[in-house]
Amino acid sequence: MTGHDDLPVAARARRLEERLIAAGLTSDDEMDEFLTRLYTRASPVNGARMVARAWTDPQYRDLLLSDGDAAAKDMGFGDLSYALRIVPNTEITHNVIVCTLCSCYPVSLLGPSPGWYKSFAYRSRTVREPRTVLAEFGLGLPDEVEITVWDSTSEARYMVLPVRPAGTEALGADELTALVTRNGLIGTALV
Amino acid sequence: MSYEAGARVRVKAADPDHHTRVPRYVRGHTGVIVTAIDQWPVPDDCARGIDPPRAETCYAVRFSAADLWGSGDHAVTVDLWESYLDRA
Repeated sequence: MTGHDDLPVAARARRLEERLIAAGLTSDDEMDEFLTRLYTRASPVNGARMVARAWTDPQYRDLLLSDGDAAAKDMGFGDLSYALRIVPNTEITHNVIVCTLCSCYPVSLLGPSPGWYKSFAYRSRTVREPRTVLAEFGLGLPDEVEITVWDSTSEARYMVLPVRPAGTEALGADELTALVTRNGLIGTALV
Repeated sequence: MSYEAGARVRVKAADPDHHTRVPRYVRGHTGVIVTAIDQWPVPDDCARGIDPPRAETCYAVRFSAADLWGSGDHAVTVDLWESYLDRA
């Protein structure tokens, strides 16, 4: 796995940090404290727990689809700094998330975003040729499955609700949660 | 003015010399309103230090890949503030 520090975006982020510090708007200590606080709680397990509950609780699924922030709060993930919007997959529709302008994504529910999510290649190609991009992730979708790409250009953050895999009827909440991956919540995997 | 779900809208083709949240690839293109999301300050105003910034409804707008790129069978949905749009 490529380390974040090796990515060109890391060098750009560091230059921006240096400008902000030089302007007296923040400090290294303040940013470290903020990031530690954010990242100790941010995890894809949070989003996975919401998905697993939506798979077993129709009322919660309705809440999740109609008011993502309330659904997050109901699971103890309150105070989202964004409007959470959930896009549900079905047998014939698949959703995938991108941010072409930068790299927006619901960090508190999905954990720190992977390097590829911030890459120019993913950001430019996903809106143009998602079927090919998904195939490169190992997700070959049948031609009849319609793909919708969600470009996160506003204060809303998108999360995919994957289809519950067949044969999981006997599984409990923890086991269902363990099936859900960060890529599944972005839409670059089925689950 | 506000847009109802299903309304056809055209994204303004302007290329402003300041920050905007209109991706270049949808400028001048026609899409369909999916839903109104919420009301938020217009980023173009915030970035220019306009105080107070306009608060406007932001919409999820759906475009067909064939319209955007001339090929492709998928849809792309972009969140756009009201003043970025005209009724088509």
